Amino acid sequence: MGMTITEKILAKSAGKESVKPGDNVWLNVDVLMTHDVCGPPTIGIWKNEFGKDAKIWDKDKLVIFPDHYIFTANKHANRNVDILRNFAEEYKVDNYYDVGTSRYKGVCHIALAEEGFNIPGTVLIGTDSHTCTSGAFGMFSTGVGNTDAAFILGTGKIWEKVPETMKFTFTGKMPEYLTAKDLILQILGDITTDGATYRAMEFDGEAVFSLSMNERMTLCNMAIEGGGMNGIIPVDSVTEAYLQERTNKTYDKIYSDEDAVYHSKYEYNVENLVPLVAKPHSPDNKASVREVEGTPITKAYIGSCTGGKIADFQFAAKILFGRKVSVTTFVVPASTEVAKQLETEMYKGQSLKQIFENAGAVIAKSSCAACLGGPDDTIGRTVGKDVTISTTNRNFPGRMGSKQAEVYLASPLTVAASAVKGVITDPRDLM
Amino acid sequence: MENIVIGKAFVLGNNIDTDQIIPAEHLVYSMDDENEAKMYGKFALSSVPKEKSGLPEGNIPFVEKDKFESEYQIIVGGSNFGCGSSREHAPYALKKAGAKVIIAESYARIFYRNSVDGGFVIPYETKEKLNEKVKTGDVLKIDIENNLLVNNTTGETFNLNPLGDVLPIVSAGGLFKYARKSGMID
Repeated sequence: MGMTITEKILAKSAGKESVKPGDNVWLNVDVLMTHDVCGPPTIGIWKNEFGKDAKIWDKDKLVIFPDHYIFTANKHANRNVDILRNFAEEYKVDNYYDVGTSRYKGVCHIALAEEGFNIPGTVLIGTDSHTCTSGAFGMFSTGVGNTDAAFILGTGKIWEKVPETMKFTFTGKMPEYLTAKDLILQILGDITTDGATYRAMEFDGEAVFSLSMNERMTLCNMAIEGGGMNGIIPVDSVTEAYLQERTNKTYDKIYSDEDAVYHSKYEYNVENLVPLVAKPHSPDNKASVREVEGTPITKAYIGSCTGGKIADFQFAAKILFGRKVSVTTFVVPASTEVAKQLETEMYKGQSLKQIFENAGAVIAKSSCAACLGGPDDTIGRTVGKDVTISTTNRNFPGRMGSKQAEVYLASPLTVAASAVKGVITDPRDLM
Repeated sequence: MENIVIGKAFVLGNNIDTDQIIPAEHLVYSMDDENEAKMYGKFALSSVPKEKSGLPEGNIPFVEKDKFESEYQIIVGGSNFGCGSSREHAPYALKKAGAKVIIAESYARIFYRNSVDGGFVIPYETKEKLNEKVKTGDVLKIDIENNLLVNNTTGETFNLNPLGDVLPIVSAGGLFKYARKSGMID
């Protein structure tokens, strides 16, 4: 019987010839990633459990990005970054990207790609649910909690139950008004927030392979919003070209067998799809932008691991060029590299940064910022009864700050168009 | 592991996500310093919309204002309990508030793992929607050996799905204790 790409990677990592869904396996982890929210408790558990002589199983495989609560006066949040810094110094963790230095990167999932830690065929585990983002590189990646991460830190191992795989095939040519965000919102609306629980989500089809790595990351990033264990896209020439710029490591290109067995298969022709939003208060609360157009908004937000990559800002710039925003609009580049690209990437003779400044948007420093609310002084946080349209990933009650606020999730094109009009607006009206 | 847990039920709806269980702004407290760690109990389930907190009536706080522990030890949810982020602070916060068992139709994967591997709360699944059959405040008895839930208030009995593959980890009290018991680590 054939295996899916996810099954093959898990078999390889577990040192087995083959695995099947439902098998419990111990995986050998290739990279463990953590950040300032979950890193300190992970380190605490690791020290408590392994004692004074605790050893990191392989410090070259440990990567730490402070990214969640960075630009805040909150003393507890700052203490968390101090804990990471002291830990990195004491245990000589080279892959630590400290705040306030030229090494500071910003949002971990984007930084992992930029720094060449996403290697096809490998297993990457992170203390963040959006770790599934790395699956865009033909690898297995998933999020865990502190105890599992502490166990990996000491042993390099994690138990997993091999998931069944759901396959999502997108055919046709991507229309210019559609982005990967619309594709994943379509899936989430169809399968709901637990439609992929404990399953792999494999993406396939000519429309998927026409996407940039940034856009593929958006697709895999929100697999967790369907409850998915991982999202995954096999390697092609686009992946290889990106990797050539970022790493010298060799890698395995792994593909699903023709006779692999899937839990279910979904097929969409992208030419029939339309710009979408997820209405408050759930990422599966799908509506077409047309259905909600005219809804007044108080804020617009473009940022996060989901919607703060350079591709997202290129989409937004197409709409914002030569126009003004009519509500407070936040531009939060996910990483410091993306922030630099805002200055070098041009559209119609202007840098993206100029376009956003001319439009009247607020450009913030790279971090997770208001995607998950954060401390009171976090830029872009919702207050009171804000109605925010956002390129981020979750709109559960209170997610972006205020419990009374309403958050609509949408593509960077839709968010930019809505920012201009001050009401939810279909990007096709401004293209 | 206790074989019998008796406590009052706190009933919730579907899709209780980790931001509702413990809002992100509170994730800064130390878990090693008891004065700070108790804050996780104080804010457990604090972002559940009021009308959905303590069903069927609603408007019942899980933890009373100015308290750090809840009077409810058994949480009864619907489907997809614990969806959202990977924060282990979520099952930890429920434990700090005094919860011992969760009963739900289904769980999000990471929350389920964290509950089991951290040894915080026992996540039982049920085939029936028990959050429609149990009321907040009902006194429940959970018989862990026999996977049974008895509603002492109404006299009804319900089957719980066996814990299956994770039973050895739950019985040991978490991943590290399990790994020591089975000789994986010293």
